[in-house]
Amino acid sequence: MASLPATSTTTTPTGPPTTTGTSTKATRLLGAAAIVGIVWLAAFGLGFSPADVNQRESVRILYVHVPSAWLAYLAFFVTAVASGIYLFSKKHSLGWDRLAGASAEVGVLFMGITLVVGALWGRLTWGVFWEWDARLTSTAFMFVTYIGYLTVRRLGGSHEQRARRSAVLALLAVLEIPLVHWSVKLWRSLHQDATVLRPDGDVKMNGLMLFTLFVGVIAFTLMYMWLVIHRQRTMAAEDALDDAGLDLAIADRKAEHQ
Amino acid sequence: MEDAGFIIGSYVVTFGAVGAYALWVLRRARRVTSRLPDDAKPWT
Repeated sequence: MASLPATSTTTTPTGPPTTTGTSTKATRLLGAAAIVGIVWLAAFGLGFSPADVNQRESVRILYVHVPSAWLAYLAFFVTAVASGIYLFSKKHSLGWDRLAGASAEVGVLFMGITLVVGALWGRLTWGVFWEWDARLTSTAFMFVTYIGYLTVRRLGGSHEQRARRSAVLALLAVLEIPLVHWSVKLWRSLHQDATVLRPDGDVKMNGLMLFTLFVGVIAFTLMYMWLVIHRQRTMAAEDALDDAGLDLAIADRKAEHQ
Repeated sequence: MEDAGFIIGSYVVTFGAVGAYALWVLRRARRVTSRLPDDAKPWT
């Protein structure tokens, strides 16, 4: 294992870096597309889309609430798939583990947004920020589960130990997604039933509202992709630093908390 | 727009949280990769 001088920030075993950061031309394009998507979503969500007959203006909150919830589901699903590939493939590539970790981190962010924004919508629609309803409670439980997953990733040990134990946890945690999604069917719930992903395929929604929701999903998907790519590259760099010199990584962590 | 505080607040919370996380990721990436040689960055 090579070691790097703890006092240097640029000297490396093979020479100083000429590039820093995790950006490439493709990620810059992706980031620009995500920003366009956000602006478009804000314009349609806050301006062009009509008020709802029943929910009135509060329906505008759903254009960020619903996509963030869907993307959190997707992020946790990607975490499970990447974890499964890591565990069951012969190669046990840590790239899959890092993809799982990055996706879970972004998923937790989106799930947190879902809960906070959902509480704002609930206050306008139900008159309360929070209710111990089946959908809300199971969503909060899933949020806490994935915070636990991220905590497990930060426990000590080798990269392989981290990958193995977090992969097992990810494969168990993903079972919560169907529970959360169908909680409105399984139990009596204050939360409304699905409007778009209905089993009968009959979407009862105004065209412009549906389009705005679609814009939201696209914008959130672009944000998710951009964040995950950068985060998993950062994790790869962190692992490389760990391999190159544990002392340097510890100094970096200390500097981060100062 | 009625309830503008809640509605605009929900967008501010959403994009504020994503923006703050994105900035943290970029700053962390810059700090960590500045200590690595280019050949340890397969994306370059």
